Amino acid sequence: MKLTDISNDINEWFSGSGPLADVVISSRIRLARNLAGYKFLSRCSNIEKLEILKKIKDCLMSLDLGDKVFYISVDKVPALDKHFLVERHLISRHLAFGKGPRGAVIAQKEFFTAMINEEDHLRLQVLKGGMQLSQCVKQISHIDDMIEEKLDYAFSSRYGYLTACPTNLGTGIRVSVMLHLPALKITSQIEKFLTASKDMNLAVRGLFGEGTEAAGDFYQLSNQATLGISEKEVVSQFENTIVPQIVEYETKARKHLLSKNSDLLDDKISRATALLKNAHLISSQEALFLLSHLRLGINMRKYMGASTPAIESLCKIRGFDSQNNQNVELSIATINRLFMLTLPAHLQINYGKPLDPTHRDALRAQIIRSALNS
Amino acid sequence: MQCENCQQNDATIHLTEIVDGVRTEMHICEKCAQEQGIVVKTQIPINELLSGLLASQSTDEDLLGSSEKKLSCPHCGFTLEQYRKEGVLGCPYDYEVFEESLLPLIKKAHDSKTTHCGKIPSKIPTDTKKHIELLNLRKQLEIAVQNEDYETAAKLRDQIAQME
Repeated sequence: MKLTDISNDINEWFSGSGPLADVVISSRIRLARNLAGYKFLSRCSNIEKLEILKKIKDCLMSLDLGDKVFYISVDKVPALDKHFLVERHLISRHLAFGKGPRGAVIAQKEFFTAMINEEDHLRLQVLKGGMQLSQCVKQISHIDDMIEEKLDYAFSSRYGYLTACPTNLGTGIRVSVMLHLPALKITSQIEKFLTASKDMNLAVRGLFGEGTEAAGDFYQLSNQATLGISEKEVVSQFENTIVPQIVEYETKARKHLLSKNSDLLDDKISRATALLKNAHLISSQEALFLLSHLRLGINMRKYMGASTPAIESLCKIRGFDSQNNQNVELSIATINRLFMLTLPAHLQINYGKPLDPTHRDALRAQIIRSALNS
Repeated sequence: MQCENCQQNDATIHLTEIVDGVRTEMHICEKCAQEQGIVVKTQIPINELLSGLLASQSTDEDLLGSSEKKLSCPHCGFTLEQYRKEGVLGCPYDYEVFEESLLPLIKKAHDSKTTHCGKIPSKIPTDTKKHIELLNLRKQLEIAVQNEDYETAAKLRDQIAQME
């Protein structure tokens, strides 16, 4: 399995499908685990790290994970490959740019990754499109059970699964949803969302997880407390309270834009379209920001039947998907494809060699132009 | 205010740095800040703050004032001072060894909760003694390898394999 096998297309969970997909882009669950009988990684020698790596890798490769899996020795691959894997949400920055022997077992369909020797010995993650946290937790729990049959985890009856950082103690679960909230942003209500999330002890991050800022109206929302609250409770909070509420706010803001301020909405969509169709140099930051408004237009048409001059002309740009140019859902997939394939590492992997920022901006603009003008 | 660097854009980023008591101020635009690698975070999730800063922030009373201040973990040699610097623990037994100091931090991070609730491994690793012994054997093995005492190392390796 080569990275170029997957770099030309988006992963399944990013195809724009799944429940509540107009607002919820993806659902992700990760579990933090450590092997019993070993120190945590900060105190492990390289020999011990290699031992842990081999043990966990051998165990994972022997399991039926529901898909073909491949293994990447993260410490041995070129920097560009690491950036690529981070852009695709397959591994964390911590794993990509950490120290010592470490690796990742990745399902070919990209719904599952096991990071070995990240901050903890093992970090499992399952990703799905739209609002699918229940399915994620079911799948990851099953995988975790299979591993548990073969390996002993560090566990205490009082504190649960023991993790290197006390903030992950207990269930070791991190539940996240990736949200697209352009209307809350346009109507200046995003601060309210941020404050409310903080009050509920939730973390808000950008598109690429820890340490990144929100870009292009994408926000990753996740739980913080992992001790004294069960996996089921956390997931149910997200599914029954948190996410439905945010989706409702965003939908309300979209409706408000449509009925009370359609000029503002059309201005955003038309400007974004015009820039993307005509720019010759575009940064990934700007591309994310503008594509976000196209995404909004297409989703408002699809889910709310919105029809404004800007949305109408946006929906006429259809020729860009050669396979099925009548399908609006595919249009979201196409926008998502532009999002992902124009990220810096994706651009360079698909180009076949490293490019400096200016050449990247030119290539990015060219790809977007040709997709929107054909 | 104009950006000190490019003298073109408005200065929207105001940076005050105090190094060895000397205070310097910088007023620059976003573009120049980006070029200089200055990242402005609008909102830092509390978890990131906690994992990094919790340890250092609570130095005075919680951590270094406690009776566990001078303690080092018998299994991994870890000390609270190291935790303060690194924000991660040395081994699973640190939770017991430094319980008194860690408990307030755990409470802060988890809505005041201190007891696990949720999934339990199907085969509960009751054999803690075995795990502690393994941990100690591995520590001895590391020392033996460091001292190039391969005879002892080989013996220890066999012992570990047998226990597992």
